[in-house]
Amino acid sequence: MSFFAISMYIAIWGLVIASWLILYRFIKGPTLPDRIQALDLMSANLIGIIITYATLNEETILIDAAIILSLIAFLGTMSFAYYLINKV
Amino acid sequence: MISFIADIASALSVLIGTGFMLIAAIGIIRMPDFYIRMSTITKATSLGIGFILLGATIHLNSLEIILKAAAIITFIVITSPVSAYIIAKAAKKIHVPFWKNTDVDEYLESEEAPYNPRKKKES
Repeated sequence: MSFFAISMYIAIWGLVIASWLILYRFIKGPTLPDRIQALDLMSANLIGIIITYATLNEETILIDAAIILSLIAFLGTMSFAYYLINKV
Repeated sequence: MISFIADIASALSVLIGTGFMLIAAIGIIRMPDFYIRMSTITKATSLGIGFILLGATIHLNSLEIILKAAAIITFIVITSPVSAYIIAKAAKKIHVPFWKNTDVDEYLESEEAPYNPRKKKES
């Protein structure tokens, strides 16, 4: 295993551990905005995992999935925020 | 030799991006308040995704990947502050409480203040 592959595996495991830490806030979070925030950050982590995997295996088609995921994450955050504003 | 230097630069960039994402994940657990956590994760997310995409661009090294990475970075830099702003506004609207040490002088002058922590301390 080359130096580059070891670095990519370390990066993927770092992002997975970050997702576990965010999952703690997602479960515990006292209010609904905390959970929305955790969901936003977890989608960013998922984009990072996809890009790192595409870099490791040189599957360039997965970069398109990262573009779509960033679009969907922004739409989800905005719709949750409008739900919170119009609920009261 | 050139490819070895490119590998080192790419791996270093991806690891720096992973470090920023880990800092954001630690900050979302350790910070005391919703608004402080919002400030932490927005900057760290933009920098983390940017560095990871820079590493992927150096390693894959084609025009198509450069354009797609530029599209992702532009979109995240535009939408991340917008979503942070709109969630903070929604949280202020439903009265998510502040941290007890937050300096809220300007906020208390507006009419939408949900409570006054200083008066609670005096009484």
